[in-house]
Amino acid sequence: MEGYIFDIKKFALHDGPGIRTTVFFSGCPLNCLWCHNPESRMDLKGENTGPNRKVSSAYIMDELLKDSVFYEESGGGVTFSGGEPFFQYRFLKDVLKKCGELSLHTAIDTTGFVNEDIFKDVLPLGDLYLYDLKVMDADKHRDFTGVSNEIILNNLKILSGSGKKVIIRFPVIPGYNDDKKNIHETAEFISALKNVDKIDLLPYHMYGMSKYKRLNLSSEMKKIKTPDQSELNKIRNLFESYDLKVSLGG
Amino acid sequence: MNERIKKLREQSLNAINKVSAERAKLITDFYRSGEGRGDSVPVQRALAFKYILLNKKVHINEGELIVGERGPEPKSTPTYPEVCIHSLEDLKKIDSRKKVSFKVNDEVEKVYKEEIIPYWRGRSIREIVFSHMSEKWKDAYKAGVFTEFLEQRAPGHTVPGNKIYKQGFEDIITEIDDNIKKIDFFNDPDAFDKNEELKAMKISAESLIMFAKKYSLELTELEKKEKNTRRKNELAEMAEICSRVPAKKPETFFEALQYYWFVHIGVITELNPWDSFNPGRLDQHLYPFYKKETEEGSLTKEKAKEILFSFWIKFNNHPAPPKMGVTAKESNTYTDFTLINLGGLKEDGSDAVNELSYLLMDVIEEMRILQPGSMVQVSKKNPDTFIKRALKIIKTGFGQPSVFNTDAIVKELTRQGKSIKDARNGGASGCVESGAFGTESYILTGYFNLAKIFELTLNNGYDPLTKKNIGIKTGDPEKFSSFDQLMDAFGKQVKYFTDIKIEGNNIIGKIYSEYLPAPLLSILIDDCIKKGVDYNSGGARYNTTYIQGVGLGSLTDSLASVRYNVYDKKNITMAKMMDILDTDFEGYEKERNMFINKTPKYGNDNDYADELAMKIFTIYFNSVDGRPGPNGSIHRINMLPTTSHVYFGSKIGALPDGRKAKEPLSEGISPFQGADRNGPTAVIKSASKIDHIKTGGTLLNQKFTPSFFNDKKSIDSLVFLIRSYFKLNGHHIQFNVVNAETLREAKNDPEKHRDLIVRVAGYSDYFVDLVEELQDEIIRRTEHEGF
Repeated sequence: MEGYIFDIKKFALHDGPGIRTTVFFSGCPLNCLWCHNPESRMDLKGENTGPNRKVSSAYIMDELLKDSVFYEESGGGVTFSGGEPFFQYRFLKDVLKKCGELSLHTAIDTTGFVNEDIFKDVLPLGDLYLYDLKVMDADKHRDFTGVSNEIILNNLKILSGSGKKVIIRFPVIPGYNDDKKNIHETAEFISALKNVDKIDLLPYHMYGMSKYKRLNLSSEMKKIKTPDQSELNKIRNLFESYDLKVSLGG
Repeated sequence: MNERIKKLREQSLNAINKVSAERAKLITDFYRSGEGRGDSVPVQRALAFKYILLNKKVHINEGELIVGERGPEPKSTPTYPEVCIHSLEDLKKIDSRKKVSFKVNDEVEKVYKEEIIPYWRGRSIREIVFSHMSEKWKDAYKAGVFTEFLEQRAPGHTVPGNKIYKQGFEDIITEIDDNIKKIDFFNDPDAFDKNEELKAMKISAESLIMFAKKYSLELTELEKKEKNTRRKNELAEMAEICSRVPAKKPETFFEALQYYWFVHIGVITELNPWDSFNPGRLDQHLYPFYKKETEEGSLTKEKAKEILFSFWIKFNNHPAPPKMGVTAKESNTYTDFTLINLGGLKEDGSDAVNELSYLLMDVIEEMRILQPGSMVQVSKKNPDTFIKRALKIIKTGFGQPSVFNTDAIVKELTRQGKSIKDARNGGASGCVESGAFGTESYILTGYFNLAKIFELTLNNGYDPLTKKNIGIKTGDPEKFSSFDQLMDAFGKQVKYFTDIKIEGNNIIGKIYSEYLPAPLLSILIDDCIKKGVDYNSGGARYNTTYIQGVGLGSLTDSLASVRYNVYDKKNITMAKMMDILDTDFEGYEKERNMFINKTPKYGNDNDYADELAMKIFTIYFNSVDGRPGPNGSIHRINMLPTTSHVYFGSKIGALPDGRKAKEPLSEGISPFQGADRNGPTAVIKSASKIDHIKTGGTLLNQKFTPSFFNDKKSIDSLVFLIRSYFKLNGHHIQFNVVNAETLREAKNDPEKHRDLIVRVAGYSDYFVDLVEELQDEIIRRTEHEGF
């Protein structure tokens, strides 16, 4: 099977346990104002020109297996990120199955915005889910990402009931989701879930800026400031007051 | 670190490197006096050694605990005119050169002019060596195909075992006497030679005991004058120690270190052997003393540390003797490659990490000086805690300790025929060289420029630099129909030049055997006494002769480029490739860009390129490994450059990998600077495709910026990287931790960055002392920030 990816990154240390290789799938149904991987957009697709390239699952497996010794030594594995890996769910499923046959530890970094049936179908194939929770308020969610969070929250409940290990990823975007109300709501929601290992706070960073410039998308770039340490500590404390385990970064 | 140690450290850091004529004058006086005339060469050498030790100045630094100085004061560095005679112009150059200079005062110049040069001119080993080399050898040497280690410095490349911690020199003298008695003058045709050699060893041993007694007397004098009670007692204790060791077996931690230090000074005064000399497995040797005394309560951890600090500073007071010519280029540094080994395995195969391994790391971290260098031996049996402790020092960006794979070293040594016990008692010395400590002579003979040989292959044996046919005719590559033909031609050229180098080695090794025996060094390495044969004549239990391959990354990328762009993709013709190289890419920026950015490169876990690295390795290995060397030794390969990749690069025109003429080559088995673009795991995978076990050492350099070490997970991941590389039989990895910005600042403002130590290639050096090309190369090396 073939699909589109825009990068394979080795020695990834912040996308799950141990030393990992992360495959970045092209395409995303969301359009987050703060997106730091704008190159994943499928409209940038082009055989050799765009950042997105068509590859076979066999090719991906070859690349992933090159670092087996490092996964074994470190308790690592592979991570599928994006974009949104479920955007090409058939391709994702194919690769996950192949990984399963070889007992590679798999993590899926997802927005959770995916049809419930598809989600349930693919879910058993992954070992760990890195699940994004951006904003609890449905309207705000639509404003900031272009889609409602109803499906996302519903899938997260399904995931929680499945027994799979979950890490919640909370991007800290100053002015968008770092208000107390949102944090409390998010923490409450998470508290009700099972199998959540921890919450990763992912502070918004400027690395994406140069990508916008490179892709001639500067006009779409939003002026967002980087959260400072004290702000991050406050958020951390709030989450911790719900007895949740929090870590900064991945 | 207390005040006096701080003071000693400062004194050592600030001491100016100078040439001292003391030793040169004494050895000249000895030979001119006619004393020893009529004696055999070994006995003469031993008497010369005795004369030097008897007459040289005793120097004791204020506040130091370990005594013994090779020159008349710290960093005052002797010369060895019997090996290499410096002309007045050489001295001028050494005094005034920008990097690695040694001040030469008028007095030194005068002694050289009036006494040393007139006596040694025509007699030095350097002249003898060159006079015996063939024209073919000289052509290749001049063209930068290889260097010659033994043209200015004597063979050394060895590390002692634990013998000196179990025997005093008096015991050793008894052993020598016993062996003299055993000589069979009726049946053994070598009886006379053995007798002379053993006599020479005995004289050398007695001389070192005498030298220590001189220190003892001087210490007693100082003690009498000393007002401070604490120092007075200390001086009395030191005087007592120097009257006991090295004559007697050491009884305490303090004595063991002082004993080693006298031996060290002896070895580097006898000759200027490569890689200085070095205590080797220091944590193993000292542990029995440390354990006993700390348990008894006669030694505290603090006191042990203080003695070690003083011991450390002694190494830093002793730079490598001044080098010149090609030797200065291939090994452009003050450091003399003392490499203290920590951890690894005991001879029974169990984990050797002990309390002292950690204490010594505290010392390394606090001392933060260039010499001695340090490394950790990591076996799969050693705990992660040990590696993490080392990473804490590495993280501070001072280039120490480097990390070695004990299990690979043991396999390398046993493949060469060493017993498992001798192999486990070994380690690495110099840059990365494997050796069986205490039982092996593993002599490095010179760097071998694999990339240059490829340039000669492209030119059908003609050297564009010296404008001479120096290789053999292997055909015009423009007429080759396949890439395999080019590889075959390259293989033939490699064989041709290794033959020339080996022929030279076999002559030079014999010259040292005949003219410059080293009886003191011979005492320390088994089985020289038992065999009655000098270290320089094959007396060691194991004798190995190395040729060090250089330029693997650059060469692999160049071959990959020809294979890819000329034969596979047919992007350009061979004729055009030659044209591009001849013009040094002038007007061919597009092609150069294609070579650099669109062609498979070594270091990315890409088999297209990496299998060429394996082929090159096999060609080189087959041309050298197992071939007879001088004095009963066997030739082997290793892959390390020191600074020769810069020198070798300066001798090569443009290469198909996109490297411009004269620029440095890749170093060790590291990818070419900037060619690795897939992170450290890919580099490790590429580097482990060659069979490290078939070498006597390889060198892999990885650079990280300090921010990489900010979180626990990154540090843990480095442990995993090391473990993975070692599981793949990787021999050695070193981490440079510094950011490019700092390096640029240091380059522009050296005064403010005097203390900046970076890992160069198998050793660390002060960044500001490096030549500009090397500084630039280190700045360019891939930084792995942001992974």
